[in-house]
Amino acid sequence: MNKNISRRAFLKGSIAAACTISASAVPCTAQKTGREKHLATLIDIRKCIGCGECVEACREANAEKYPVPKKPFPKMYPERSKPEDWSDKKEDRDQLTPYNWLFIQTLYLNINGEESSLTIPRRCMHCVNPPCVKLCPWGAAKQFENGISQIDDSLCFGGSKCKNVCPWKIPQRQSGVGLYLDVMPSLAGNGVMYKCDRCYTRLAKGENPACIDACPEEVQTIGPRDEIIKQAHALAKEINGYIYGEKENGGTNTIYVSPVPFEELNKAAAKGEPHLKTVHDTMSDANKLASAMIIAPFAGAAAAFGKYYKSAKNS
Amino acid sequence: MKNKGLASFYSILIFFLALTGFAQMPIFKRYYIADIPGLGWLDRFYITHYMHYIGAIIFFAFSAYMIVSYIMEKKTRITISGYIRLAILEAIAVTGILLVLRNFPGYIFAPNFIIFLNFAHLGLVMVLLFVSLYCVSFKKKWVLEKY
Ligand code: SF4
Ligand code: SF4
Ligand code: SF4
Repeated sequence: MNKNISRRAFLKGSIAAACTISASAVPCTAQKTGREKHLATLIDIRKCIGCGECVEACREANAEKYPVPKKPFPKMYPERSKPEDWSDKKEDRDQLTPYNWLFIQTLYLNINGEESSLTIPRRCMHCVNPPCVKLCPWGAAKQFENGISQIDDSLCFGGSKCKNVCPWKIPQRQSGVGLYLDVMPSLAGNGVMYKCDRCYTRLAKGENPACIDACPEEVQTIGPRDEIIKQAHALAKEINGYIYGEKENGGTNTIYVSPVPFEELNKAAAKGEPHLKTVHDTMSDANKLASAMIIAPFAGAAAAFGKYYKSAKNS
Repeated sequence: MKNKGLASFYSILIFFLALTGFAQMPIFKRYYIADIPGLGWLDRFYITHYMHYIGAIIFFAFSAYMIVSYIMEKKTRITISGYIRLAILEAIAVTGILLVLRNFPGYIFAPNFIIFLNFAHLGLVMVLLFVSLYCVSFKKKWVLEKY
């Protein structure tokens, strides 16, 4: 049976039953800390037919940015750090790799006894305050004024910290490329990390990201974050649906709207694939300490004054 | 620093800041240091980041305490090596504060400036550690008693 038809039938039949008020569907209260300049995408999950056109377009548009590793890879010391090699798996389209920055996640669902599947384009969420960028020790991961994050392949050492701190484990490593080869290849670094850069070079030319233009179903819309959030809420209201990405990790610039609660979708995600869980604002924990940093010198100074006056009084 | 207790507190604090600072690079797991019992947290970036901030808070309080005490007590004068160390510490603190600002949401600094801040912060710490090593080896004091 045509997947498209089965999907639409499923959506019509089960939306009403499946929908309860979602915690993530509360009205937009995004703070305006630079976000007003951010570009965001709205992904209407209902529309995706899983044709993979976006994946092909992404591969074509970004092929020249893909790694060309030198082999054999340098021997690593200590041996715990192993080279990572995807160069023989360039054709792999079922997961994120340095040669595949977008993949279609297929989720098999059983809601109210009805079997169906949903397909979701998955790639970097382009977090509003991206830990991959902020915690990169070299500044190799960058964020631009329009909110796009990008890993500079000429600076990245491939230590994979960005992947480690990314709530969705998005960046992927290829060994045998990058700056580490020229520094201490056996002792520090291990390649370069790769991920979706939102086709920033195309955007600079006034074009849309390749995946958006290639999609026959117009699954994705791109625009200023505020507007995209408004659209997402309107759509979620219209279809009695759910929103993901508005609040996750303090807000991302990728907003998914689904007819099915994201908890359900998350349960259907295969092990190792990017999840769809609620994510707290990872950068906010340390940021909350910044006010204590302002108070600290005053406290220190007050303690010194206190000690001085006490000893002055005593003598 | 005349007071032995304050001097050891300062050394421990700088060690803790350097440790949690170096832990921002993905090296402690690679070099098995995070495998040492009790040091597993050194491999957890959000924890070391948080700890580095805590260290910075204590450092700012401590610095203000020392500076105000120095000004109020007027018993000592800062040596040349003391001034050098102070200048390095100040530059580390300034680059650190700018990096703290960078970590808030929003585009605050251009990417190339952030690269500069990262390298300056790390480089200055290396310089401080070498200068401190020199000062400890040659018994260079921070302050001397005023005559
Ligand atoms: S999803 Fe991950 S890789 Fe993408 S911006 Fe957020 S933290 Fe970075
Ligand atoms: S925005 Fe560009 S790089 Fe990102 S997934 Fe789409 S086509 Fe690929
Ligand atoms: S091109 Fe559009 S419909 Fe096809 S898989 Fe990608 S997002 Fe889905």
